[in-house]
Amino acid sequence: MAKIDLNDEHAIVIIGSGAGGGTLAHELTRRGIKVVLLEAGARQSAQTFSQNPGEAFGQLTWLEPRTSSGDWGAVRDFPTLPVWIAKSVGGTTTHWTGATPRLQRTELASRTTYGSIPGTSIIDWPIAYDELLNYYKLAERRMCVTRRNGIPGLPASNNFKVMYAGAKKIGYKRVHTAYMAINTLPRDGRGMCIQQGFCAQGCKTEAKWSTLYTEIPRAEATGNLDLRTQARAMRIEHGADRRVTAVIYRASDGKEQRQKAHAVCVAGNAIETPRLLLLSDSAQFPHGLANSSDQVGRNYVHHITGFIWGTFKDPVYFWRGTTLAGLIEDELPHNPKRGFAGGYHFELIALDLPSLPLAGLPYGWGREYTSFLDDYRNMAGLFINGEDLARADNRITLNDKVKDSFGLPVAHVHVDEHENDKAMRKHAQLQGTKLYESIGAKRVVLSGTPPATHNMGTARMSRDPRDGVANAWGQTHDIPNLFISDGSAFSSSGSANPTLTIVALALRQAGFIARGLKAGTI
Amino acid sequence: MTQTDSLKRRDFLKTTGVLTGLLVAGSPLALLAPGRAWAVDFKTLTSAEGTTLLAVSRTLFPHDKLEDAAYALVIQSLDADIGKDPAAAKLIRDGVAQLGPNFAAAPESERIAALKAIEQSGFFQTMRVKTLSVLYTSPLAYAYFGYEGEAFSKGGYLVRGFNNLRWLPEVPLADSGPVPG
Repeated sequence: MAKIDLNDEHAIVIIGSGAGGGTLAHELTRRGIKVVLLEAGARQSAQTFSQNPGEAFGQLTWLEPRTSSGDWGAVRDFPTLPVWIAKSVGGTTTHWTGATPRLQRTELASRTTYGSIPGTSIIDWPIAYDELLNYYKLAERRMCVTRRNGIPGLPASNNFKVMYAGAKKIGYKRVHTAYMAINTLPRDGRGMCIQQGFCAQGCKTEAKWSTLYTEIPRAEATGNLDLRTQARAMRIEHGADRRVTAVIYRASDGKEQRQKAHAVCVAGNAIETPRLLLLSDSAQFPHGLANSSDQVGRNYVHHITGFIWGTFKDPVYFWRGTTLAGLIEDELPHNPKRGFAGGYHFELIALDLPSLPLAGLPYGWGREYTSFLDDYRNMAGLFINGEDLARADNRITLNDKVKDSFGLPVAHVHVDEHENDKAMRKHAQLQGTKLYESIGAKRVVLSGTPPATHNMGTARMSRDPRDGVANAWGQTHDIPNLFISDGSAFSSSGSANPTLTIVALALRQAGFIARGLKAGTI
Repeated sequence: MTQTDSLKRRDFLKTTGVLTGLLVAGSPLALLAPGRAWAVDFKTLTSAEGTTLLAVSRTLFPHDKLEDAAYALVIQSLDADIGKDPAAAKLIRDGVAQLGPNFAAAPESERIAALKAIEQSGFFQTMRVKTLSVLYTSPLAYAYFGYEGEAFSKGGYLVRGFNNLRWLPEVPLADSGPVPG
């Protein structure tokens, strides 16, 4: 591993080592570019991952407080944890379930496709779908995604058999074990899936792709990466010429350090990225760094989500096996006849016994609640994952009344639901219930909205600088050497789990940055 | 100290209260806790408070065949929390006092009514969340619900039944994939 000097003005500083930051770090270092990678979390491994859910949660999760407001279900039911992101080397790629669907063509052109929808701030992406498609193909090969490039799908688990039978019964046609970045056989230096059911606690066979054991070690092997763990970025500094110059961070020994930078790429996930920009306000940027458009933190999108649980006469043992390897694509296409814009996935899901009552079931107590839980062995699960339309006032701001352990204002998450969200969720809940009832479910229970694990849009790309924070390369409109390199850059949420798109964008952005550095334009 | 250890060890030096019980002979849980008697010690709560709180926990989330021992672990965790937090201790104590000394012995319908009446209170919500957070995490609970827990050391479920369900048809290979090995 390189040791890059704090005063090295040639260093590219990347903040966050997840799907975006980790991939970008590798892509730049392998091109001979020196990178300082700041990661707030600690470095875990397949050996240290825990299959005790409570312990794993403490190990991998961003636990600094957040505050929240609005009528969104996640705020109502989980006011102190409305969003669930990781804080660990590898970022949320340690915790994710490995699902890698692509955004749809219409989702990149949501404004054009859906038209103007009152109460939303939707825009088209400033990238053509066919261009993104090239990078999807690269990312899928890199991550060894199943059902692409000749790699077979994952085998059908018990839980999937239930989903498949019900889906076919109610007429769905596009049902399979999903596009997953999970090895069916050892590949690319990673192990194979042994169907453990602890995907969300870190994969102990490294079957599930994570930057932790792919991009980051490869970046280190180039000799150009200086990874500093337990290093929390506090502020980005800039000069009179409005170029960023350095990142102030708290190092693992507790000391504040200043790392000079030729360019800075922010990849802290969609809550901490805007927060850091807002914390980096100055006389020239009174509303936050790169925020002359006032869009930093705004247009926060997640997905329309919820669990659908069905219990049956016979056992399912749904915790056995890959947590999410199952997909129904029939409800994806935009079809206004259903009463809402955009579409949704159904995804297979299971929850371990400790987590189900805490995160998966609606509010309740007494015998009605426990009689359902008693059938845990016979339970199957589906997850709704649909497009969330951007709203200008759904946003991340700083809460000056609540400070984190470093004395900085915490992130405040505000979300009010749009009618489109409610209509989509209702449709999905009806369909999911029909699915399970069609094959004899004794009982179906619908959850509320769990803490959001897909967080996007808070420093979005836009063609018009007034509508967003960055251009089609993720380069901020205001500052040419400041980049958004995570899901904050998404111009819309679409209905796809975001990781594949984040990796595709990072692969593309790396080329742009490398060319710009060579040409002297960055 | 594991949860099972907690069930058998008695520390008389700093104990303020205790809950005890007997596991039903033949219960699968009896296999997990050596000897059929169990005891849980408190460092802050009295035995009477513990008895009321256990009844609250069980009324909130009644699993009839899940032994009291599993619920006692919830109260032990609560006891540890309030030992460090005087405000929380007051909340719990006031809640117990409000329910009265006859709560635990009352019929279920009366216990439910009493809890419904205070559902908006901090005491109720603390007990609800505490029970949800602890009740379903013990080996006792795992055994009761059939949840198999940690899987890596046993080689996952690839050959231990991840796809052994036979009451539905097999999925065509085109929509799934081969089982490796």
